[in-house]
Amino acid sequence: MASSKLLSQPRWHRLLGTNLFNVRLFSDLASQHPVSDPEPKSNNKFKNTSSTPSSLKEAELAKFAAIADTWWDSEGPFKPLHKMNPTRLAFIRSTLCRHFRKDPLSARPFEGLRIIDVGCGGGILSEPLARMGAIVTGIDAIEKNIKIARIHANLDPTTSNIEYCCTTAEKLVDEQRQFDAVIALEVIEHVADPAEFCKSLSALTAHEGATVVSTINRSMRSYATAIVAAEYLLHWLPKGTHQWSSFLTPEELTMILKHCSIHVREMAGFVFNPITGRWSLSDDISVNFIAFGTKETHEE
Amino acid sequence: MNRILTTKAGSNVNRLRIPWRPFSNDAAPVICPNAGNPEKGSEAEQYDIAIVGGGMVGLALACSLASKPLTKHLNVVIVDSNPALGAKHFIKKDDLPDPRVSTITPATISFLKDIGAWRFVEQHRHAYFDKMQVWDYTGLSYAKYNARDADKEVLGCVVENKVLLSSLLSHVQNTELLKKIYPSRLTSMSILPNSSSSEVNSTLSMTSLFTHGRLAKLELEDGNSLYAKLVVGADGGKSRVRELAGIRTTGWNYSQNAIICTVEHAVENHCAWQRFLPSGPLALLPIGDKFSNIVWTMTPKESSDFKSMTEDDFLKAVNHALDYGYGPHPTSSILGGSELFSWLKGGISSSANDCFEVPPKVVKLASERMAFPLSLRHANDYVSKRVALIGDAAHTVHPLAGQGVNLGFGDASSLSSVISEGIAVGTDVGEVRLLKKYEADRKPANIMMMAILDGFQKAYSVDFGPLNILRAAAFHGANHISPLKRSIISYASGELRLPLFA
Repeated sequence: MASSKLLSQPRWHRLLGTNLFNVRLFSDLASQHPVSDPEPKSNNKFKNTSSTPSSLKEAELAKFAAIADTWWDSEGPFKPLHKMNPTRLAFIRSTLCRHFRKDPLSARPFEGLRIIDVGCGGGILSEPLARMGAIVTGIDAIEKNIKIARIHANLDPTTSNIEYCCTTAEKLVDEQRQFDAVIALEVIEHVADPAEFCKSLSALTAHEGATVVSTINRSMRSYATAIVAAEYLLHWLPKGTHQWSSFLTPEELTMILKHCSIHVREMAGFVFNPITGRWSLSDDISVNFIAFGTKETHEE
Repeated sequence: MNRILTTKAGSNVNRLRIPWRPFSNDAAPVICPNAGNPEKGSEAEQYDIAIVGGGMVGLALACSLASKPLTKHLNVVIVDSNPALGAKHFIKKDDLPDPRVSTITPATISFLKDIGAWRFVEQHRHAYFDKMQVWDYTGLSYAKYNARDADKEVLGCVVENKVLLSSLLSHVQNTELLKKIYPSRLTSMSILPNSSSSEVNSTLSMTSLFTHGRLAKLELEDGNSLYAKLVVGADGGKSRVRELAGIRTTGWNYSQNAIICTVEHAVENHCAWQRFLPSGPLALLPIGDKFSNIVWTMTPKESSDFKSMTEDDFLKAVNHALDYGYGPHPTSSILGGSELFSWLKGGISSSANDCFEVPPKVVKLASERMAFPLSLRHANDYVSKRVALIGDAAHTVHPLAGQGVNLGFGDASSLSSVISEGIAVGTDVGEVRLLKKYEADRKPANIMMMAILDGFQKAYSVDFGPLNILRAAAFHGANHISPLKRSIISYASGELRLPLFA
């Protein structure tokens, strides 16, 4: 089973293997935080997370504020994510509108829906969701990302009431929070135990709510494109951002979700057209794919 | 809920620094952009989109936004000092046609129908035409185009600009999109770079949003100022928005002026005529009710002569230029006629067998003669942060093919689609990444059209024997080779984005 392969790698090995992306970006800050180990950009949910420095000076805040725009610099290191974002939102918009029977022609179709963005990073997904009317909660295990996200969101009245927390899905489950839609994009390939992670996602999803997960397929093509091309040839992502062995195939993801009472209803792939430089939705799930599932708690 | 906000590692100083409002669904007690309510104690107001320039293209953008479900709730204002926009003015049926007219392609007609403004146009004078004859002074060849060649009913429609303007204005005023028209001119515009403040306070005043690059600030001549997420420059060839945004242009002045006027015939005219003369083309376009519009391109010296001569002399000159002036009537026998291309024909082109006709005589001058210089100008960028250019602000072309305003309507249509797609996925409308989609859509098509028109202009400005024959041969081919003719008609009608690469 694939999950046993995933667990066989010792946790520390994964930590070292994953990239020091954050350190590269905030290298001038890292020296001031000897305590916090260089954390990967995306979450490793089972690590003892958010090693928040004990006291955060105002000077730090000013520094965070100064570099906050790198997350939001659409030509910067996060460019691939920015380019892919509208396509992911299009899928989310169409599936959620259909599921919750909202008017797809409304400019704010998610009015009244509570949505959580797990692994929100700088809030690239959370902000558009808020503009579409949703009550958004964004969580990330890295303190810095939450700070950046909050600063950026506060600059637009339509996004200023997004609730950002530096926490993990498991902790929120303990607090018994529930949401109409749980969205975890490009996160599951970075967690140590996808099955446990999905259990948390499912616990956060209200009955008959929606769960949306996106990740990268484990296939020859994805090795060629997402690892070799993206990391080593085109330098879209820093080397070591992804571990190919921790990618999940759509079948595996579907099965894991099924065990948590989430039934995958729709799946789509993202393809990149190098000529136009645009991403689009397609049936091709061999590299990037996104799955939409609904929670039903009846026994099969 | 507040317990979630504190993590385990002690209450952080930063949390105390950020006065975090309790989790709520209500909009913050600041300007909600969709409410458009003025902040107390401040004169400036905030809008989603400020369209600077209330001409045909600017109003078309407003109508298009009003017709789309995703954008019709936006707060839009227009900044234009033209008094005609403020007053409800009625066009009387007996008014003589204004010499400022535009030829609307079928693609633009369907756009105007989609946005709901065409029905207003149909209530006033307008003239569909389905035939076109193009020839030059050498008498070597001519081309007749008929809408039937491309299986259409019309080649285009000629409408006075004031009719288009009032139709678009009437329509948009029936919707709720347009919140205000500022009857003033733009004096200054400032957009600051994106930045984040280290002290995050919860009072999101317009000034602080502007300071952090989230809004553009416009200052007007009458002292008013306003804020907008997106500024659209639809203010014509000498665009102030383009100048203030620091967008440079490329282009050149043609050493030609165009004289325009309205003339009357004794009979109805249903055909568009264009004859290329040594110093520029002379076009005769039907406007309806036995009136036609003349666009005569010539050197600046000639244009001042023609403008100042008496009416009778002018009418004689026009009739002469359309008839035997400058050269003989073309007959197709010189270059072989349609048998030459019978092996190439993809189908029967009925108009290829139509004979050359002389246009109807002009009997009366029905308006004053206006002259204006011609130039080609293209903005190097159509968009920049929080700014987008449409219409003549982005590009001006030679009038020889009647394409100018149609390109502008194409821009308006594309920009409103892009804005709608952006709203669908929760994007801020002023974001450059979104606006660049509009530029990528329109720039190649506009540049292609401009290159073709410029090519025509240059090809016809040289009187050189072998070149004349080459031109005539090209004409001949275009007249007789049906697939080519169909392509030409489709492209000029606005259906093909790029010629020949359907």
